[in-house]
Amino acid sequence: MNTTSNSQGGDVSDTSQHGSAALTAKGSSDDSIIEMTNVNKWFGPLHVLKDVNLKVRQGEKIVVCGPSGSGKSTLIRCLNRLEAHQKGKIIVDGIELHDHMKEVNVVRREIGMVFQQFNLFPHLTVLENLMAAPLWVRKIPKKEADETAKQLLERVKIPEQAHKYPAQLSGGQQQRVAIARSLAMQPKIMLFDEPTSALDPEMISEVLDVMVELAESGMTMICVTHEMGFARKVANNVVFMDAGEIIENTDPTTFFDHPKSQRTKDFLSQIIAH
Amino acid sequence: MYTDTVIEEKLVHKPKFLGIFLGVVFVILFALNLADTIFGHFLTPVIGDPAQSGLYGRFAVALVLGILFTLNIFAIGFLPTPIQSLVVWLELAVFFVSGFHIFNLSLEFIQSQLWFLLSRGLFTTIYVSAISIVLAFIVAMVGAIAKLSGNGFAHGIASFYTSLFRALPLLLLIYLVYLGLPQMGYVIDAVPAGILALTLNYGAFMTEVFRAGIESIPPGQWEASRSLGFTFGPTMRRIILPQAIPVIIPPTGNSFISMLKDSSLISVIGVWELMFLARTLGQKTFQHMEMLITVAMIYWALTIVMEAIQRRLESHYRTVKVNKA
Repeated sequence: MNTTSNSQGGDVSDTSQHGSAALTAKGSSDDSIIEMTNVNKWFGPLHVLKDVNLKVRQGEKIVVCGPSGSGKSTLIRCLNRLEAHQKGKIIVDGIELHDHMKEVNVVRREIGMVFQQFNLFPHLTVLENLMAAPLWVRKIPKKEADETAKQLLERVKIPEQAHKYPAQLSGGQQQRVAIARSLAMQPKIMLFDEPTSALDPEMISEVLDVMVELAESGMTMICVTHEMGFARKVANNVVFMDAGEIIENTDPTTFFDHPKSQRTKDFLSQIIAH
Repeated sequence: MYTDTVIEEKLVHKPKFLGIFLGVVFVILFALNLADTIFGHFLTPVIGDPAQSGLYGRFAVALVLGILFTLNIFAIGFLPTPIQSLVVWLELAVFFVSGFHIFNLSLEFIQSQLWFLLSRGLFTTIYVSAISIVLAFIVAMVGAIAKLSGNGFAHGIASFYTSLFRALPLLLLIYLVYLGLPQMGYVIDAVPAGILALTLNYGAFMTEVFRAGIESIPPGQWEASRSLGFTFGPTMRRIILPQAIPVIIPPTGNSFISMLKDSSLISVIGVWELMFLARTLGQKTFQHMEMLITVAMIYWALTIVMEAIQRRLESHYRTVKVNKA
C-alpha cells in the first residue's frame, strides 16, 4: 500500500477526452487491483473529489472514514462506476473506468457492493435475491446457483430465512443478506458503503462479524465506515478524507495513536468523545 | 384515511342543525311548488284537490316533505357508520331511479329490447374495451420504458406520441382513424378502427402513469442491480418492472373503467355497442328515453362491478406491498 495523495506529478490523463485509448491498461507497475491516480470529480460546481490517489493491493482491507460530505461514498461509488469521475485515472482489476468503456458490467460483476440502505430486491425471497445475479447475469445453472446461495446463507448465519421476503427480516439480517447477495457473484473486491449506519445498535455486531470473517478469508475490501473497532481489527490502512481530499492514509495504529493532521485529530476526538 | 378517535356529538342530532335543515328544505320545496305532483296526491285528504289547493297546498306539501326529510336524517343518525352510508346510498338510488317515473317509460319496450342490448351492445362494449386496454397496457409499457431509456430516438418517438395523442380529443381521433386510414389506402373496419383509436388515446395517457410508476421505484434498486452487473434491459425486466407493476395495476383499472364509458364514442362510426344501439333501437318508435335510460343503467351497473374489482385489486396489491416491502 503506497499512496501519494499530494503528488501532482505523473501522467494525469483526462479519460473523458479519449474514449478509445487504453480500454484496458494491464500491467501497472505493481500488483495493485485498484489504482486511482489524481482522480477529480465535480457535482456541478461542487468539487467532491480532489486529486485523489489511492492504490489497493489484492487482499488488502481499507477503511475510509471522514466527516459527512467529505466524499468517501463518492470515492467508492466511483470504483464500480456508479458515479463517473471527470478527471484522472481509475483502473480496477486491470480495466480502466471511463465514459466510453464497453465493459462496465464486466467490472461490476467482479465488484460486490453493500449499501447503507441494503437495497435488497423486495419482490424476491432471500434465496432469490442471492440467485438473481448468478442466474441472470452469469447465466449459471439454477441448481448450482441454488447451492451456492444456500452455502452463502450458512456463511452469513441465516440459512433459516431463505424463503422469507426481505421486509420480514430485521435490519441486521437484511444487511447480511445483502452481503451474501454480493458474494454470490464471487467478486474479487467488496465495497461497503456505510454498511452499519442504518442499523439499530444491537444489530451492528452481527454485520461486523460477517465482515470480519470475510476479511479473514482474504477478500479485498474497501469499507466506508465509522466502526473504529472494526478498523483497528482488520484494516491494513485507514484513509481519512475531508472536503474531497485524502488527508491521511496510514496503518490503523498510527492513525489512531499518532494522527498527523489536526483535522484527523479533531475528527477522532469527536467520534471517540461519546 | 385517518378517522379521529374522539366521538363528537352527531351533527344530525343537534336541534339547531335539524331546525336549520328543516327550514332550508322547506324553503326549497316551497319554491319548487310540488302541490300538483305525486306528493300532492298523497295529501289529497288534507288539502283537497291538489290543483286547486293554491298556497295552502303548496305550504302543506313542502312542510310535510320537509319534516319527513328531517326525520329521515335524524333516524339515519342512529345507525352505525357503514350501515348509515349504505342506507343513504340506497335512498339516493331509489330517489334517483324514481325520477324516471316522469318519463312514463314503457317497460314492455325495454324488456323486448333488453336481451339484444345486453347480448350485442354490452358484449361489444366489453370486448372492445378489453382488447383496447390490453393493447394500451402494452403501448404504455413500451412508451414508458422508451421515455426512461435514455435513448434519444426512443425518447423522442415516445414523447412525440404522448404529446400528440394526449392532445387529440378522442372523438376527433376516432374520426381521423376511421376516415383517414382508408384514404391512405388501408381500408379498416369500424371495430378495429375504434380499438385503434382507444388504444392510441389511452396508451398515451397510461404511458405517463407507467413512467411515474416505474420512477417510483427507489434509485437504490437500480444501483443494487447495476452494481451486480445487470444491464438496463434485465434490470428493467427482472428488478424494476416486477415492483412497478403492482403500483401500475390500480390506475390501469381506473383507466379501464373510464374506457368502458369512452368506448361509447365509437358509436359515431357505427360500431354496434351500447350507445349505438341505444340511439338506433329507440328511433323507430320514438322511444328514445327508454333506451337511453336503460343503457345508462347498464353502464352504471357495469361500473359498479368494475369498481368492486378495482377495489379488490388495489387491496390485493396493497397487501402484497405490505408483505414484501
